[in-house]
Amino acid sequence: MAIREKVFNTIISCFKRHGAENIDTPVFELKETLTGKYGEDSKLIYDLKDQGGELLSLRYDLTVPFARYLAMNKVTNIKRYHIAKVYRRDNPAMTRGRYREFYQCDFDIAGQYDPMIPDAECLKIVHEILSELELGDFRIKVNDRRILDGMFAVCGVPDDKFRTICSTVDKLDKMSWEDVRSEMVKEKGLSEEAADQIGQYVSLQGGMDLAERLLQDAKMSQSKQACAGLTDMKQLFSYLQLFQVTDKASAEKVRTTETQVMVASAQKNLLEERLRLTAELWNAGIKAEVMYKKNPKLLSQLQHCEDSGIPLVAILGEQELKDGVVKLRTVHSREEVRFSYTASLSV
Amino acid sequence: CRHVAFTDCGYWTTWLGGLCHWTVLLLWCCTPERPFWLFLFDFVLLSPGTRDYNPKQMAIREKVFNTIISCFKRHGAENIDTPVFELKETLTGKYGEDSKLIYDLKDQGGELLSLRYDLTVPFARYLAMNKVTNIKRYHIAKVYRRDNPAMTRGRYREFYQCDFDIAGQYDPMIPDAECLKIVHEILSELELGDFRIKVNDRRILDGMFAVCGVPDDKFRTICSTVDKLDKMSWEDVRSEMVKEKGLSEEAADQIGQYVSLQGGMDLAERLLQDAKMSQSKQACAGLTDMKQLFSYLQLFQVTDKVVFDLSLARGLDYYTGVIYEAILTQTGPVPVAAAQNGAGEKAEEGVSVGSVAGGGRYDGLVGMFDPKGRKVPCVGVSIGIERVFSIMEQKAEASAEKVRTTETQVMVASAQKNLLEERLRLTAELWNAGIKAEVMYKKNPKLLSQLQHCEDSGIPLVAILGEQELKDGVVKLRTVHSREEVRFSYTASLSV
Repeated sequence: MAIREKVFNTIISCFKRHGAENIDTPVFELKETLTGKYGEDSKLIYDLKDQGGELLSLRYDLTVPFARYLAMNKVTNIKRYHIAKVYRRDNPAMTRGRYREFYQCDFDIAGQYDPMIPDAECLKIVHEILSELELGDFRIKVNDRRILDGMFAVCGVPDDKFRTICSTVDKLDKMSWEDVRSEMVKEKGLSEEAADQIGQYVSLQGGMDLAERLLQDAKMSQSKQACAGLTDMKQLFSYLQLFQVTDKASAEKVRTTETQVMVASAQKNLLEERLRLTAELWNAGIKAEVMYKKNPKLLSQLQHCEDSGIPLVAILGEQELKDGVVKLRTVHSREEVRFSYTASLSV
Repeated sequence: CRHVAFTDCGYWTTWLGGLCHWTVLLLWCCTPERPFWLFLFDFVLLSPGTRDYNPKQMAIREKVFNTIISCFKRHGAENIDTPVFELKETLTGKYGEDSKLIYDLKDQGGELLSLRYDLTVPFARYLAMNKVTNIKRYHIAKVYRRDNPAMTRGRYREFYQCDFDIAGQYDPMIPDAECLKIVHEILSELELGDFRIKVNDRRILDGMFAVCGVPDDKFRTICSTVDKLDKMSWEDVRSEMVKEKGLSEEAADQIGQYVSLQGGMDLAERLLQDAKMSQSKQACAGLTDMKQLFSYLQLFQVTDKVVFDLSLARGLDYYTGVIYEAILTQTGPVPVAAAQNGAGEKAEEGVSVGSVAGGGRYDGLVGMFDPKGRKVPCVGVSIGIERVFSIMEQKAEASAEKVRTTETQVMVASAQKNLLEERLRLTAELWNAGIKAEVMYKKNPKLLSQLQHCEDSGIPLVAILGEQELKDGVVKLRTVHSREEVRFSYTASLSV
């Protein structure tokens, strides 16, 4: 949870830095809201039992609820983030991280705006978040549905095969080109010629220069759709340059609490003094803990500090109390400082 | 359990509201210029008893959570989370009559699952499963109850609970005192107005019933009647005990002597001396601990708001020792909505409408989950967070202060056309420096629209880029509400 909190803090401050609002929706939606939105994946939706009322299902993602929220509240413009759990009845393959209940962390901009500026901001946000999380080097791949569809058209893919060829091309990050080509031809019934033409294009990667090149490409430029997509891609890259989406942690012990001071006693019968001092620290807004024992051993209290990562321990002792002081020890270095302390007598 | 949650009467769940909603939807459907596919959502209502949180509500919610969570952290609590569903068998048999309010998942060929009804049973399950014997934890999450629509106008079926619990064997009453200290801190910091925390103890109640002549088998049912004293007069309560529950008038009168008593450590001392009460060993144990509790509360400086109140009963199925409930003393107008009860209580109201927190000690629950029956003593409190939300929302409505839904510090604006590049560049530099900034998604926005957006969103500063200023190498920073401007030297970075 401590790790999770750290990750959420990083992500949420990025969203806030970009002026996003936060919304929340119920964990279940009317079954009919989710019906017909997820294609084949619909069988992975968790339904609630019919207990005599509306039929309900657990949300499958945060996007359909978002669309429902916009429609229901007549919202035409919003920049929002939503971090919440979603539910899918996948076979739980724990090692690959696909649990049946898992967090999604969505950021969306809804509304009619000048083209590509919000799109560029989304990419800027991804870049900021992945950089701040220090997960290592990363790449953000971009493409455009209009460019894909245009490409399929000029390569001779029949219209009715667009979506299915698309999902095969999508496997290129996991399968070799030979296997993908084979699936397109043997399983999806695409002509070899079309497959080869696609092969020429899908190996291309680049930046604004690639978009420019494709706009000049004899075949590609025949597709109006593709040209629209490529023009917008150039625009996107120009904004990305302005946003400086170009390039730019040691294993700390993960603490599960944020306690700053442990209030300890060195001898017996000092519970009252410990409780009093602890209350004063809490009242001053300092994060403090005290052991729930009338007469704990000093060693146990120090050990708890080590185990929990508490950096400071205030040690009350009989002699020190008589002298009107309390010792404040830095746990890891064992350095001690004496502070004057008169236990308040206003009880 | 000892959960307390309140809701406001939702617009959705009133009949009139429903009629208005349909009318609004019909009108909305007929508006031209709506994308056709939105029509798919036109006749969709939210699942009944649930609500979306809009950005204003989220901003209020975030503030409340921050206050509460920093209190928990100040006291060294860890945070855990559990799944929204539990095995049906985990929840079976834990909530008494309220079990029929549990949402079940459809049997889709796997384990039978149900949505969690509270956070306490999952906590006990977590402790037993992970063999945890000691933990101080907080857990803030939503729970689910299928309240009967006829009974529950205005109740939400999905609502937040905010729990803090200390599990483990410790020297008596110190953790119990810390729970009360935490309630005191939270209610003070939330500034909801004056409050009181009533404390009692199950052993004192049971002992009192015993010495007043209540038959053992009537303890629980008499207890739930006594619990109604915060909403009903003594006469009505007495009448219910005698006429409906079959208690002797004599026993009822004896109970009446005690339940009117309130006080502090002095009351506990007095009762220990009381001829009748002192006959019950159970009561004496409870009273001795009550004195100890008050001595710790004095050290924690919270006795100003804490009252030992013999009429406090609560849903007692879990509790084995101290119980407490915090109420606001100035209750605002509370609509149809009433308390959403904790597990183990009857379906009718078990808590007064001014209640904002409740809890107690429950030493036997974890043992129910452990195959060897190993006990882990627990004490905890649940903050009635939904009630707090609605109070804060009402306050925000009533006050002139605008609730900001974003935290943007600077709007980056342009005074003339064709300055989009410069705006985007400056905005990126602000983001890179960790400053919260926004820019309009328009190549050539009017300055007035940009300034209007600042007013609407509460953005305090606007950086205005202008042709002449850029030539001079400056940018103007204006304070939105005062219109004062300062010129800063700014050379747009040429390293693109």
